[in-house]
Amino acid sequence: MKTGFSRRMGPIAAILLFALLSPYPRMAAQFGSSPVAPGSALAIPAAQVIAPEVLLHWLQTAGAAKPLLLQVGSHVLFAEAHIPGSEYAGPASQPAGLQLLENRVNPLARNKPIVLYCGCCPWNRCPNLGPAFGKLRQMGFTDVKVLYLADNFGADWADKGYPVEQGR
Amino acid sequence: MLLIPVVCLWMGVSSAQSPVAASPLLHQQAPEFARPDLRHRTLDLHAYRGEVVLLDFWATWCAPCVVEMPRFVAWQKLYGPRGLRIVGISMDDDPRAARHLVNKLKLNFPVAMGDEKLGQLFGGVLGLPLVFLIDAQGKIQAEFRGETDLNSIEERFKPLLRP
Repeated sequence: MKTGFSRRMGPIAAILLFALLSPYPRMAAQFGSSPVAPGSALAIPAAQVIAPEVLLHWLQTAGAAKPLLLQVGSHVLFAEAHIPGSEYAGPASQPAGLQLLENRVNPLARNKPIVLYCGCCPWNRCPNLGPAFGKLRQMGFTDVKVLYLADNFGADWADKGYPVEQGR
Repeated sequence: MLLIPVVCLWMGVSSAQSPVAASPLLHQQAPEFARPDLRHRTLDLHAYRGEVVLLDFWATWCAPCVVEMPRFVAWQKLYGPRGLRIVGISMDDDPRAARHLVNKLKLNFPVAMGDEKLGQLFGGVLGLPLVFLIDAQGKIQAEFRGETDLNSIEERFKPLLRP
Protein backbone atom coordinates (compact mmCIF):
# COMPACT_ATOMS: atom_id res chain seq x y z
CA MET A 1 0.00 0.00 0.00
CA LYS A 2 2.87 2.30 0.82
CA THR A 3 4.34 1.54 -2.57
CA GLY A 4 1.06 2.38 -4.28
CA PHE A 5 0.81 5.58 -2.33
CA SER A 6 4.32 6.59 -3.32
CA ARG A 7 3.61 5.83 -6.95
CA ARG A 8 0.50 7.95 -6.94
CA MET A 9 2.05 10.76 -4.98
CA GLY A 10 5.45 10.77 -6.65
CA PRO A 11 4.63 13.06 -9.57
CA ILE A 12 2.52 15.34 -7.35
CA ALA A 13 5.28 15.61 -4.79
CA ALA A 14 7.76 16.21 -7.55
CA ILE A 15 5.76 19.13 -8.88
CA LEU A 16 5.35 20.56 -5.38
CA LEU A 17 9.06 20.23 -4.79
CA PHE A 18 9.86 21.96 -8.05
CA ALA A 19 7.54 24.80 -7.12
CA LEU A 20 9.53 25.24 -3.90
CA LEU A 21 13.01 24.81 -5.29
CA SER A 22 12.69 25.85 -8.89
CA PRO A 23 15.22 28.24 -10.39
CA TYR A 24 12.47 29.40 -12.75
CA PRO A 25 10.99 32.11 -10.54
CA ARG A 26 14.46 33.57 -10.01
CA MET A 27 15.11 33.39 -13.72
CA ALA A 28 11.79 35.05 -14.46
CA ALA A 29 12.52 37.76 -11.92
CA GLN A 30 15.80 38.41 -13.69
CA PHE A 31 13.86 39.52 -16.71
CA GLY A 32 11.02 40.97 -14.70
CA SER A 33 11.91 44.59 -15.23
CA SER A 34 11.02 44.49 -18.91
CA PRO A 35 7.57 43.67 -20.23
CA VAL A 36 7.12 40.05 -21.26
CA ALA A 37 5.87 39.51 -24.79
CA PRO A 38 2.74 37.32 -24.97
CA GLY A 39 4.47 34.68 -27.13
CA SER A 40 7.57 34.48 -24.96
CA ALA A 41 8.39 31.43 -22.87
CA LEU A 42 8.68 33.89 -19.99
CA ALA A 43 4.91 34.39 -20.22
CA ILE A 44 4.28 30.75 -19.29
CA PRO A 45 3.05 30.61 -15.69
CA ALA A 46 5.59 29.15 -13.26
CA ALA A 47 3.02 26.59 -12.10
CA GLN A 48 2.99 25.09 -15.58
CA VAL A 49 6.77 24.76 -15.79
CA ILE A 50 8.42 21.46 -14.91
CA ALA A 51 12.11 20.88 -14.14
CA PRO A 52 14.10 18.23 -16.03
CA GLU A 53 14.77 16.16 -12.93
CA VAL A 54 11.10 16.23 -12.01
CA LEU A 55 10.03 15.09 -15.47
CA LEU A 56 12.66 12.36 -15.43
CA HIS A 57 11.37 11.11 -12.11
CA TRP A 58 7.81 11.20 -13.43
CA LEU A 59 8.75 9.20 -16.53
CA GLN A 60 10.66 6.67 -14.48
CA THR A 61 8.00 6.19 -11.83
CA ALA A 62 6.47 2.81 -12.46
CA GLY A 63 2.70 2.85 -12.67
CA ALA A 64 2.39 6.63 -12.98
CA ALA A 65 0.20 7.82 -15.85
CA LYS A 66 2.62 9.09 -18.48
CA PRO A 67 2.14 12.39 -20.27
CA LEU A 68 2.17 12.90 -23.99
CA LEU A 69 5.62 14.38 -24.68
CA LEU A 70 5.83 16.76 -27.61
CA GLN A 71 8.94 18.47 -28.96
CA VAL A 72 7.80 21.69 -30.60
CA GLY A 73 11.10 23.04 -31.94
CA SER A 74 13.57 22.06 -34.64
CA HIS A 75 13.11 18.78 -36.48
CA VAL A 76 16.86 18.51 -37.11
CA LEU A 77 17.63 18.81 -33.42
CA PHE A 78 14.84 16.33 -32.64
CA ALA A 79 16.39 13.83 -35.06
CA GLU A 80 19.74 14.21 -33.31
CA ALA A 81 18.36 13.49 -29.88
CA HIS A 82 15.04 13.61 -28.10
CA ILE A 83 13.38 12.29 -25.00
CA PRO A 84 12.45 8.64 -25.57
CA GLY A 85 8.82 8.31 -26.42
CA SER A 86 8.40 11.94 -27.36
CA GLU A 87 6.96 13.01 -30.68
CA TYR A 88 7.84 15.82 -33.00
CA ALA A 89 5.10 18.47 -33.34
CA GLY A 90 6.63 21.74 -34.43
CA PRO A 91 8.11 24.22 -35.00
CA ALA A 92 5.46 26.13 -33.10
CA SER A 93 6.91 29.52 -34.01
CA GLN A 94 5.57 29.01 -37.53
CA PRO A 95 1.97 28.58 -38.68
CA ALA A 96 2.67 25.19 -40.26
CA GLY A 97 4.21 23.99 -37.01
CA LEU A 98 1.28 25.16 -34.94
CA GLN A 99 -1.04 23.35 -37.34
CA LEU A 100 0.97 20.17 -36.89
CA LEU A 101 0.63 20.53 -33.13
CA GLU A 102 -3.09 21.17 -33.39
CA ASN A 103 -3.60 18.14 -35.63
CA ARG A 104 -1.73 15.91 -33.20
CA VAL A 105 -3.62 16.90 -30.07
CA ASN A 106 -7.05 17.65 -31.47
CA PRO A 107 -8.45 14.12 -31.02
CA LEU A 108 -7.29 13.96 -27.39
CA ALA A 109 -9.32 14.46 -24.24
CA ARG A 110 -8.80 17.98 -22.96
CA ASN A 111 -7.58 16.71 -19.60
CA LYS A 112 -4.82 14.62 -21.18
CA PRO A 113 -1.48 15.38 -19.47
CA ILE A 114 0.84 16.94 -22.04
CA VAL A 115 4.45 18.06 -21.61
CA LEU A 116 5.92 20.41 -24.20
CA TYR A 117 9.63 20.91 -24.67
CA CYS A 118 12.01 22.53 -27.10
CA GLY A 119 15.56 23.37 -25.93
CA CYS A 120 16.63 24.86 -29.24
CA CYS A 121 18.13 27.88 -27.51
CA PRO A 122 18.04 29.60 -24.12
CA TRP A 123 14.63 29.60 -22.42
CA ASN A 124 14.12 33.35 -22.61
CA ARG A 125 14.93 33.27 -26.34
CA CYS A 126 12.85 30.26 -27.35
CA PRO A 127 10.44 31.19 -30.14
CA ASN A 128 8.44 27.96 -29.95
CA LEU A 129 7.28 27.26 -26.40
CA GLY A 130 5.12 30.34 -25.90
CA PRO A 131 3.07 29.82 -29.07
CA ALA A 132 2.74 26.08 -28.44
CA PHE A 133 1.58 26.58 -24.86
CA GLY A 134 -0.84 29.30 -25.95
CA LYS A 135 -2.30 27.05 -28.65
CA LEU A 136 -2.98 24.20 -26.23
CA ARG A 137 -4.56 26.53 -23.69
CA GLN A 138 -6.66 28.05 -26.44
CA MET A 139 -7.81 24.56 -27.42
CA GLY A 140 -8.93 23.92 -23.87
CA PHE A 141 -6.21 21.60 -22.59
CA THR A 142 -6.11 21.80 -18.83
CA ASP A 143 -3.05 19.75 -17.91
CA VAL A 144 -0.17 21.20 -19.91
CA LYS A 145 3.34 21.45 -18.55
CA VAL A 146 6.40 22.94 -20.22
CA LEU A 147 9.86 21.51 -19.62
CA TYR A 148 12.26 24.14 -18.33
CA LEU A 149 15.54 23.83 -20.21
CA ALA A 150 17.51 26.89 -19.15
CA ASP A 151 20.12 26.81 -21.90
CA ASN A 152 19.22 24.06 -24.33
CA PHE A 153 18.36 20.38 -24.65
CA GLY A 154 22.01 19.37 -24.76
CA ALA A 155 23.18 21.16 -21.64
CA ASP A 156 20.07 20.64 -19.54
CA TRP A 157 19.08 17.12 -20.52
CA ALA A 158 21.50 15.07 -22.66
CA ASP A 159 24.69 16.22 -20.92
CA LYS A 160 23.21 15.22 -17.58
CA GLY A 161 23.07 11.65 -18.76
CA TYR A 162 19.30 11.63 -19.01
CA PRO A 163 17.93 9.19 -21.57
CA VAL A 164 17.72 10.20 -25.23
CA GLU A 165 17.00 8.48 -28.47
CA GLN A 166 17.74 9.43 -32.06
CA GLY A 167 15.72 9.46 -35.24
CA ARG A 168 12.84 11.28 -36.79
CA MET B 1 3.33 10.23 5.20
CA LEU B 2 3.73 12.75 2.43
CA LEU B 3 7.22 13.52 3.68
CA ILE B 4 8.43 10.03 2.79
CA PRO B 5 8.03 10.31 -0.98
CA VAL B 6 9.21 13.93 -0.87
CA VAL B 7 12.44 12.95 0.91
CA CYS B 8 12.90 9.94 -1.38
CA LEU B 9 12.32 12.18 -4.34
CA TRP B 10 14.81 14.74 -3.08
CA MET B 11 17.45 12.03 -2.75
CA GLY B 12 16.58 10.74 -6.20
CA VAL B 13 16.80 14.21 -7.66
CA SER B 14 20.16 14.82 -6.04
CA SER B 15 21.63 11.56 -7.25
CA ALA B 16 20.21 12.01 -10.74
CA GLN B 17 22.14 15.19 -11.33
CA SER B 18 25.57 14.89 -12.84
CA PRO B 19 28.17 17.41 -13.95
CA VAL B 20 28.02 18.67 -17.51
CA ALA B 21 30.11 16.39 -19.69
CA ALA B 22 33.33 17.85 -21.08
CA SER B 23 33.35 17.97 -24.83
CA PRO B 24 35.28 15.00 -26.23
CA LEU B 25 36.20 17.00 -29.33
CA LEU B 26 38.23 19.65 -27.55
CA HIS B 27 41.91 19.53 -28.57
CA GLN B 28 41.13 16.79 -31.08
CA GLN B 29 41.23 16.95 -34.87
CA ALA B 30 38.00 18.43 -36.13
CA PRO B 31 35.79 15.91 -37.91
CA GLU B 32 36.00 16.43 -41.64
CA PHE B 33 33.03 16.88 -43.92
CA ALA B 34 32.22 18.19 -47.35
CA ARG B 35 28.83 19.26 -48.61
CA PRO B 36 27.37 21.86 -50.98
CA ASP B 37 26.89 25.33 -49.62
CA LEU B 38 23.88 27.51 -50.31
CA ARG B 39 25.60 28.88 -53.43
CA HIS B 40 26.07 25.32 -54.74
CA ARG B 41 29.82 25.33 -54.19
CA THR B 42 31.51 22.55 -52.28
CA LEU B 43 32.26 23.41 -48.69
CA ASP B 44 35.09 21.10 -47.65
CA LEU B 45 36.45 21.65 -44.17
CA HIS B 46 39.74 19.97 -45.09
CA ALA B 47 40.33 22.61 -47.75
CA TYR B 48 40.67 25.20 -44.97
CA ARG B 49 43.69 23.47 -43.46
CA GLY B 50 46.33 26.14 -42.87
CA GLU B 51 43.69 28.72 -41.91
CA VAL B 52 41.89 29.40 -38.67
CA VAL B 53 38.23 28.42 -38.88
CA LEU B 54 35.28 29.55 -36.85
CA LEU B 55 32.67 26.88 -37.50
CA ASP B 56 29.31 28.35 -36.56
CA PHE B 57 26.25 26.17 -36.09
CA TRP B 58 23.24 28.47 -36.23
CA ALA B 59 19.62 28.72 -37.37
CA THR B 60 17.29 31.47 -38.46
CA TRP B 61 14.95 30.82 -35.50
CA CYS B 62 17.81 31.20 -33.03
CA ALA B 63 17.78 34.83 -31.94
CA PRO B 64 21.24 34.81 -30.33
CA CYS B 65 22.66 33.27 -33.52
CA VAL B 66 21.23 35.99 -35.70
CA VAL B 67 22.50 38.69 -33.36
CA GLU B 68 26.05 37.36 -33.83
CA MET B 69 25.99 37.49 -37.61
CA PRO B 70 26.93 41.15 -38.24
CA ARG B 71 29.96 40.68 -36.00
CA PHE B 72 30.98 37.57 -37.93
CA VAL B 73 30.66 39.51 -41.16
CA ALA B 74 32.92 42.23 -39.74
CA TRP B 75 35.45 39.66 -38.52
CA GLN B 76 35.60 37.95 -41.90
CA LYS B 77 36.32 41.28 -43.53
CA LEU B 78 38.84 42.43 -40.92
CA TYR B 79 40.66 39.19 -40.18
CA GLY B 80 40.21 37.33 -43.47
CA PRO B 81 43.56 38.60 -44.81
CA ARG B 82 45.22 37.17 -41.68
CA GLY B 83 43.77 33.71 -42.27
CA LEU B 84 40.39 33.67 -40.56
CA ARG B 85 37.67 31.69 -42.30
CA ILE B 86 34.17 31.71 -40.94
CA VAL B 87 32.02 28.77 -41.96
CA GLY B 88 28.30 28.66 -41.23
CA ILE B 89 26.20 25.55 -40.80
CA SER B 90 22.49 26.23 -40.75
CA MET B 91 20.48 23.77 -38.68
CA ASP B 92 17.23 25.02 -40.15
CA ASP B 93 14.77 22.45 -41.39
CA ASP B 94 14.13 24.49 -44.54
CA PRO B 95 17.04 25.81 -46.64
CA ARG B 96 14.84 28.59 -48.00
CA ALA B 97 14.76 30.23 -44.58
CA ALA B 98 18.54 30.06 -44.32
CA ARG B 99 19.05 31.37 -47.85
CA HIS B 100 16.72 34.27 -47.17
CA LEU B 101 18.66 35.33 -44.07
CA VAL B 102 22.04 34.83 -45.73
CA ASN B 103 20.97 37.27 -48.44
CA LYS B 104 19.30 39.67 -46.05
CA LEU B 105 22.34 39.90 -43.77
CA LYS B 106 24.75 39.83 -46.70
CA LEU B 107 26.87 37.10 -45.15
CA ASN B 108 30.37 37.15 -46.63
CA PHE B 109 31.22 33.56 -45.69
CA PRO B 110 29.96 30.19 -46.91
CA VAL B 111 26.93 28.56 -45.33
CA ALA B 112 25.89 24.95 -45.80
CA MET B 113 22.86 23.15 -44.47
CA GLY B 114 23.40 20.90 -41.48
CA ASP B 115 21.53 17.80 -40.45
CA GLU B 116 21.53 15.25 -37.66
CA LYS B 117 24.48 13.36 -39.16
CA LEU B 118 26.68 16.43 -39.16
CA GLY B 119 25.44 17.38 -35.72
CA GLN B 120 26.32 13.97 -34.34
CA LEU B 121 29.73 14.14 -36.05
CA PHE B 122 30.43 17.21 -33.91
CA GLY B 123 29.38 15.59 -30.69
CA GLY B 124 25.70 16.56 -30.85
CA VAL B 125 24.43 19.98 -31.75
CA LEU B 126 21.63 20.05 -29.22
CA GLY B 127 21.35 23.77 -28.73
CA LEU B 128 22.36 26.89 -30.57
CA PRO B 129 24.45 28.85 -31.12
CA LEU B 130 27.47 26.57 -31.11
CA VAL B 131 30.84 27.76 -32.41
CA PHE B 132 34.02 25.72 -32.81
CA LEU B 133 37.40 27.40 -33.08
CA ILE B 134 39.66 25.25 -35.29
CA ASP B 135 43.34 26.07 -35.63
CA ALA B 136 45.49 25.96 -38.77
CA GLN B 137 46.37 22.32 -38.06
CA GLY B 138 42.72 21.36 -38.00
CA LYS B 139 42.54 20.91 -34.24
CA ILE B 140 39.59 22.17 -32.20
CA GLN B 141 40.96 24.77 -29.81
CA ALA B 142 37.72 25.96 -28.22
CA GLU B 143 33.98 25.48 -28.16
CA PHE B 144 31.53 28.25 -27.43
CA ARG B 145 28.13 26.87 -26.47
CA GLY B 146 25.12 29.12 -26.20
CA GLU B 147 25.17 32.87 -25.93
CA THR B 148 28.79 33.90 -25.57
CA ASP B 149 30.51 37.23 -25.14
CA LEU B 150 31.75 37.84 -28.69
CA ASN B 151 34.78 39.74 -27.39
CA SER B 152 35.93 36.58 -25.65
CA ILE B 153 35.68 34.64 -28.92
CA GLU B 154 37.69 37.33 -30.68
CA GLU B 155 40.35 37.23 -28.00
CA ARG B 156 40.64 33.45 -28.42
CA PHE B 157 41.14 33.38 -32.20
CA LYS B 158 43.28 36.50 -32.68
CA PRO B 159 46.53 34.93 -31.35
CA LEU B 160 46.09 32.05 -33.81
CA LEU B 161 46.01 34.33 -36.86
CA ARG B 162 48.92 35.35 -39.01
CA PRO B 163 50.54 38.66 -37.92
